[in-house]
Amino acid sequence: MNIDSIKNGIVIDHIQAKKGMEIYEALKLGDLDCSVAIITNARSQKMGKKDIIKIDQNMDLDLTVLGYLDPNITINIIKDNQRVEKRHVQLPQEVENLIQCKNPRCITSTEQDLKHVFVLTDPEKRAYRCKYCETLKEE
Amino acid sequence: MKHLIDIKELSKDEIKELIEVAKDIMQSPEKYSEKCKHKKLATLFFEPSTRTRLSFEAAMLELGGSVLGFSEAGSSSTAKGESVSDTIQVVGCYSDIIVMRHPKEGAPFVASLKSSVPIINAGDGGHNHPTQTLTDLLTIACEKKRFDHLTIGICGDLKFGRTVHSLVTAMARYAGIKFVFISPEELKMPEYIKEEILQKNKIEYVETNDLEKYMGDLDILYMTRVQKERFFNEEDYIRLKDYFILNRSKLEKAKKDLCIMHPLPRVNEIATEVDDDPRACYFKQARYGKYIRMALILKLLEIK
Repeated sequence: MNIDSIKNGIVIDHIQAKKGMEIYEALKLGDLDCSVAIITNARSQKMGKKDIIKIDQNMDLDLTVLGYLDPNITINIIKDNQRVEKRHVQLPQEVENLIQCKNPRCITSTEQDLKHVFVLTDPEKRAYRCKYCETLKEE
Repeated sequence: MKHLIDIKELSKDEIKELIEVAKDIMQSPEKYSEKCKHKKLATLFFEPSTRTRLSFEAAMLELGGSVLGFSEAGSSSTAKGESVSDTIQVVGCYSDIIVMRHPKEGAPFVASLKSSVPIINAGDGGHNHPTQTLTDLLTIACEKKRFDHLTIGICGDLKFGRTVHSLVTAMARYAGIKFVFISPEELKMPEYIKEEILQKNKIEYVETNDLEKYMGDLDILYMTRVQKERFFNEEDYIRLKDYFILNRSKLEKAKKDLCIMHPLPRVNEIATEVDDDPRACYFKQARYGKYIRMALILKLLEIK
């Protein structure tokens, strides 16, 4: 299958297979005016299978969201058919309003104006805990 | 601005300093009787806890300060729907330091983000209760004269008991600590405490459901209540509850200088016949609670 290369834009590569759509939704790529391609189950020497997203324009990406969803992805910035920048992301130390605390005894369950903040407590296990009640994020 | 929300916020040096001040207060209370003159402590108890509130109030009164506050949410503006942040900003206008107990976990932390005066967490749901831990630490410091090389038995509800989680976290920082966890299967120490605190700090521990088995090894025995409502059925509760009751005969093999602690209130997990044993420290522990709270108030108000 061929997807045209892009002249100016962004290629999000090495996405864990089947996770492309989640990233598409999280970055609200459906709201863009330009063409966006999601390639799923592309062959990868490193990963076996991977997803790729191609965005036909340059934009500011939320690296915190990307790092949280998949810290292994790479971001390629394309200008005039050339890759001008390659970026890696990492697990963010803290995420806001990406995870909802499910603990019914947490203060966020009654005070609706509070942001749901989760803090990375164990990078190896990708464990995040609620900043208020320290409840572990449910898988 | 300094607050105390979680015992983990205090370094070993800060704990040592608080304990030194508390000991000095015990020795020369008159030196401290006017230290907080003209200072006001607000006790905001969104859920009732008479003994913790009285302990803080007694602490402030003994420092020469005064107290104001409420002892249940029904008599506060929270009942009208006011947020914790708003309440705290208003109360900060009328007091120099705030003690807060709240049924919601994380509420004192939220308060600390907006407060213009120091906040002390006096218990937030099943989460933190740092002044209970400080009380426990002062008790250990006074009764055992050291924090290192102690074998600490903790008995009862180890799954939901926040005081035991905080105590384990606090004591795991000292050298040569061993734990004996005594509980029914249903109420064992949670995995995350074992992984994140004990294994990470290479702390030795054993788990048992037999209170007498390791009795002779213990320097401290920390008893907690086994609550009926934690069991799935009454049959299990009736079968297990007596295993975790401390009485004179179970103390036969215990060391002569064992320190028996309990955060109180006790129901029946320590037989009253133990109260006269010189090793019973739980009522002294309540007294120590007042002194360490006095030291904490002074520290947070930056009064020397």
